[in-house]
Amino acid sequence: MKELVIVSGKGGTGKTTVVASFAGLARNKVVCDADVDAADLHLILAPEVEHRHDFVSGHKAVIIQDKCSQCGLCRDLCRRDAIDAHYVVDSLECEGCGVCYYFCPEKAIEFPDNKCGEWFISSTRFGPMVHARLGIAEENSGKLVTLVRQEAKKIAEKRQFGLILTDGPPGVGCPVIACIGGASAALIVAEPTVSGRHDMERVIQLANHFKVPCLLCINKYDLNPAETDALESLAKSEGIPIVGKLPFDLTFTRAMVQGKTVLELGGDSNGAKAVREAWSSLSQALGL
Amino acid sequence: MKGMIISVASGKGGTGKTTIATNLAVPLSEKAQLLDCDVEQPNAHLFLNPTFTHSVKVTVPVPHVDEKKCNLCGKCAEICQFKAIVVIGKSVLTFPDMCHSCGGCVEVCPEKAITERGREVGLIERGYADGLDFVHGRLRVGEAMSPPLIKKLRTYQDTSKATIIDAPPGTSCPVIAAMKGTDFVLLVTEPTPFGLYDLKLAAGAVRILGIPCGIIINRSDLGDNRVKEFADEEGIPVLLEIPFDRRIAEIYSRGELIVEVMPEWKERFLGLYESITRIANRD
Repeated sequence: MKELVIVSGKGGTGKTTVVASFAGLARNKVVCDADVDAADLHLILAPEVEHRHDFVSGHKAVIIQDKCSQCGLCRDLCRRDAIDAHYVVDSLECEGCGVCYYFCPEKAIEFPDNKCGEWFISSTRFGPMVHARLGIAEENSGKLVTLVRQEAKKIAEKRQFGLILTDGPPGVGCPVIACIGGASAALIVAEPTVSGRHDMERVIQLANHFKVPCLLCINKYDLNPAETDALESLAKSEGIPIVGKLPFDLTFTRAMVQGKTVLELGGDSNGAKAVREAWSSLSQALGL
Repeated sequence: MKGMIISVASGKGGTGKTTIATNLAVPLSEKAQLLDCDVEQPNAHLFLNPTFTHSVKVTVPVPHVDEKKCNLCGKCAEICQFKAIVVIGKSVLTFPDMCHSCGGCVEVCPEKAITERGREVGLIERGYADGLDFVHGRLRVGEAMSPPLIKKLRTYQDTSKATIIDAPPGTSCPVIAAMKGTDFVLLVTEPTPFGLYDLKLAAGAVRILGIPCGIIINRSDLGDNRVKEFADEEGIPVLLEIPFDRRIAEIYSRGELIVEVMPEWKERFLGLYESITRIANRD
């Protein structure tokens, strides 16, 4: 079984648009939305939720005011300054280290489990999908990413599917690290801008660090030919195969507005043709 | 007078945060400071070409165990919520990447066998781009935790100037670290279903923090009307609309500033700053 994760470094380069289109082309696969912080794939795939689960991870401290003697030890020990002068814990600052809970001489601090999101197993017109919603301002996104990837893998194994298509988060931090480790390959969707190139360099470094082979798809390649050349040279010097080049085509935006993929809305558009070509080279590269 | 702190956030990536932050800051020149808090993927410097004069490594404290003093009692492993320290057989293992630097193990150790050492998470660089004071952070590639670096970066705020903060995308802990304690949040979005959905999440985060905010709609003519309807329903002012213009997309792609190549935009960005000041002072 192969797991292809789609990343970009820079946000907004077209990861989700590409994943949604590939989801319509790939057979026998599970789709996984691992961008749990700002998940958008469901807006195109319109999943029907079949199983809904709470995502509980870590703890948060809560001070029981009646028991608190205001001795100040917790405030001294808390390195996040998460406890104010009235002995109320700021749940945005509390990371759940439990130091206050452990040391409180009055046992006035409770340390309940923290529900920080939900995750779902759904069905879509393109097959099964695993996705999630991290609560706003929550932590532990890396753990939720790991969880949705594991669940997608379970479904793929059970149904003997050969592919997991995973939509990744932007950046190079905690959620991306959780998303990329152990994947068969990372498809980088990059745009030909100086920012796009800078961010692609960093995501390549990350993939190299975790020994995950990269593939490149250039989106809006015709926006800046010189930058597209620069992306291609960078890919060449890193030994990264280029599987596709998608044009700037408003059909992509129009399709998104209607909750469709570019293939569903404008099968004859330049965008749709380029997506099909990219999928064909990608399938070959992955040996599907 | 205390300078205003404006954070530029979005939920969705690639909506134009860096474009707004840089083009807002540059016309204000020496009256402003720009902090690029998108430490996972800092890009603002590509548009400003600052000369960096200051560079400092940022570290977080992680435990170091003196095995001669350690009696393997295991209290450190018991208090650690992050599985960053464990006792295996006759030794204590630490996993610095998992450590949240809470100091619990140091505090709990009865033998005083644990001290702390710095683990590098990234770099802060500071310099000037013409008159503009510019500071950014670069997360070390392979490092998972960006909030400590963002928090350190926030300590560079110069209260005598208007501070503009380029925040990371999303709505989780790194974004909160970048927006918290700012006077105003500019939410940059695009009028598409993705833009709207992520705008709602970002507006939710801003509401939790209780900060006044305004919306900027980028590529405002490519999509539908639902972002404006949302803004109306929520009573969030739309402060600027930037229609799709291939020239702007190309200027951005080359790493140039709209206010420099298309001077008519300079007044618009100065006007945006005026509107923000008015709203923030009123609230």
